[in-house]
Amino acid sequence: MADSKFDTPQLREYPIIPKLKKGVMSHSKPFIAKEPHQEPLGFPGELVDDWENVAIKKMADLQGKYRSLQVYLDSCVKCGACTDKCHYYVGTTDPKNMPVARQDLYRKVYRRYFTFAGKYFPKLVGATDLTKEVLDDWYSYFHQCSQCRRCSVYCPYGIDTAEISMAAREVMDTIGVGQKYCNEIISKVHKIGNNLGLPGPALEDTLEGLEEDVEDETGVAVKYPLDVKGAEVLLVTPSADFFAEPHVDGLIGYGKVFHEAGISWTVSSHASEAANFGMFIGSYDNMRKLAVRIREAALELGVKRIVFGECGHAWRVAYSFLNTLAGPWDFLDPKYPVPQHICEVTYNLIQENKLRFDKSLNDDMVLTYHDSCNVARASRMGDSAGGQFLIPREIIKATCNNFYDMSSDTIKEGTFCCGGGGGLLTDDLMELRVKGALPRMEALRRVVEEKGVTHMAAICAICKSQFSKVFPYYDFTMDQIVSVHQLVSNAIILTGQNDENDEGDHPQEDIDEAA
Amino acid sequence: MQISMLSFSIAALFYIAFFILAYGLVAKILQYKNTPAPLKIPTMPAPTTQAGVVFRMSKEVVFFESLFKSSKITWLFGWLFHFGLFLDMLRHLRYFIDPVWFWVVIIQPFGKYGSILMLVGLVGLLARRIVVDRVRYISAPSDHLILVLLLCITTTGMAMSFYLGADVISVKSFFVGLLTFNIQNIPADLVLISHLVMVAFLMIIFPYSKLLHAPGLFFSPSRNQVDNAREKRHLAKWAQELEKTN
Repeated sequence: MADSKFDTPQLREYPIIPKLKKGVMSHSKPFIAKEPHQEPLGFPGELVDDWENVAIKKMADLQGKYRSLQVYLDSCVKCGACTDKCHYYVGTTDPKNMPVARQDLYRKVYRRYFTFAGKYFPKLVGATDLTKEVLDDWYSYFHQCSQCRRCSVYCPYGIDTAEISMAAREVMDTIGVGQKYCNEIISKVHKIGNNLGLPGPALEDTLEGLEEDVEDETGVAVKYPLDVKGAEVLLVTPSADFFAEPHVDGLIGYGKVFHEAGISWTVSSHASEAANFGMFIGSYDNMRKLAVRIREAALELGVKRIVFGECGHAWRVAYSFLNTLAGPWDFLDPKYPVPQHICEVTYNLIQENKLRFDKSLNDDMVLTYHDSCNVARASRMGDSAGGQFLIPREIIKATCNNFYDMSSDTIKEGTFCCGGGGGLLTDDLMELRVKGALPRMEALRRVVEEKGVTHMAAICAICKSQFSKVFPYYDFTMDQIVSVHQLVSNAIILTGQNDENDEGDHPQEDIDEAA
Repeated sequence: MQISMLSFSIAALFYIAFFILAYGLVAKILQYKNTPAPLKIPTMPAPTTQAGVVFRMSKEVVFFESLFKSSKITWLFGWLFHFGLFLDMLRHLRYFIDPVWFWVVIIQPFGKYGSILMLVGLVGLLARRIVVDRVRYISAPSDHLILVLLLCITTTGMAMSFYLGADVISVKSFFVGLLTFNIQNIPADLVLISHLVMVAFLMIIFPYSKLLHAPGLFFSPSRNQVDNAREKRHLAKWAQELEKTN
């Protein structure tokens, strides 16, 4: 990439823990939200007078509301176990990107105002006043955390930096220092129903276009319905699925799966967004309001099940929080978990032999799989712990002949964030995003060289957008990232499709009944 | 019998230290218990049953499982120190119980080895804090000083146990006396008195320092929650209030 103002990190042959370089990322700051993006969320439009006191009061409020925050602020022993675990530290070497150091930006203020030792012996315990410099550090470094929870896996007390950065962002929003990207998007969902601000008619056009494309290609009239009352399934999917590559290929896949299984489904124009940016800014209230739209849509359309499309942080809010935020779901069919992941739906159908695939249709690719951080460490799929690792891999293996995992310390619970999660997927943080992708790029490069991998599949809208954007910096091409349901879409055999009996291209022995 | 000024002072110090430790810890534990955890945030994959959570937590408490995953060297020194401390605390029970329970007698020599484990662990942890640039960066003076305090307690204890000896009969009657509010004389032994004063100081700072990691672990939502968010609705009181307003 010729026009970047920063150097793309070198891929290292043997990843070793880098030496600290103080302050190298202190210039990284996302654009600040202006009044029109703050007020719809209930936050002041600019830095309030007396902001120090307002902030300290908000900190006290949050400590009383979140046990995680209170316990995590007290419990850290500075053992250093997390210091080399954050992809932003590995990629930038800025010490304030070590999880414990990032937490300490908040903890040192907590100690100063809320603990005996910090009030009377601040130097001894590293406590400081909340000054403008500290606030600037907060704004910079709490927007260099993608809330991926990798640090919490390795902390002996399970301290999760995501909880601290959510709290810090909420405190900053409360005093009028919000982040433009997140808050602008949230205000769009409140107003229109999705992150992109796509109105109903635009959605309708897009979905009709998909129907035409699929019918042209397969000869089968697969429906992509919008606002259909009485459908069995309400599909809630990230709005990127409606237009961006490779996301939309995933959406085409969901439709084919529903069609082939005979499940009626619909998208809602009222709740046309799976991603819940309320979580990124730590605002329970905003997160709840966004989640309640899904409840309203489900009631309005009279569906029996809710299924989420491929989206990482969205699946965290869906799997772990939706019952809390917008439940109880007693009006839905009790035979199915609420909500379900599209991968669970497809996996179950594969298990029941209800889908047929021609794996050879994916033979132009050698696949690996990127576990999205919030699917891996903040949610689950299926009936038993670890289903979130098994199910997407089983779908890939059922639809592709060539699959290899990346090295074991970079997948499953140890997976690295793509570098763009947690509300950082914005062009004003491009340097951070490129550098934060380093550990994943190194792991990918190894399987490319050793196993001939050509494509990486993912089930998260953020991961897909992020990799499309940062791949070229590391000499990959943007089309090397694919949706899992894109693979399903490529390989699925629809009943009555054009070439079903055309054995010329795909000999019968290649057609697998996936089992 | 004449009770010395020194004995009164040490007795008073231990009563105060015990009161601060107990009060501070109870207050903190109540605070943790009474602060709601409004959302389900176990670090996944997580157990799907309460029994599974007990098993997960036991592995953390006894073996430091997560630390083992993250840094073998920190795990080694940290675990040696804590296991040694555990053995040594059991060994010290003999100063408070009369007659001494059978198993406390049995483990006496292991308590002595325990002090060696503590020493090795503490020296390792302190060295790591100074040598590794990342850990040095995150250390405040108190992080070093707590290790130094523990090292001084360990070495004064080892000095008495291995070389100098101490009048353990009098020490025991002093502590049994404290428990029954019948103050006895403590030997005016410089090493012994420093050992005891430092232990009392450790008790005092416990609830006001990072030593809170001990109760904190049990209240950590990422470790103590069951993964059952879809099956069971989890709702905090303050979140319930929100549902009434809109």
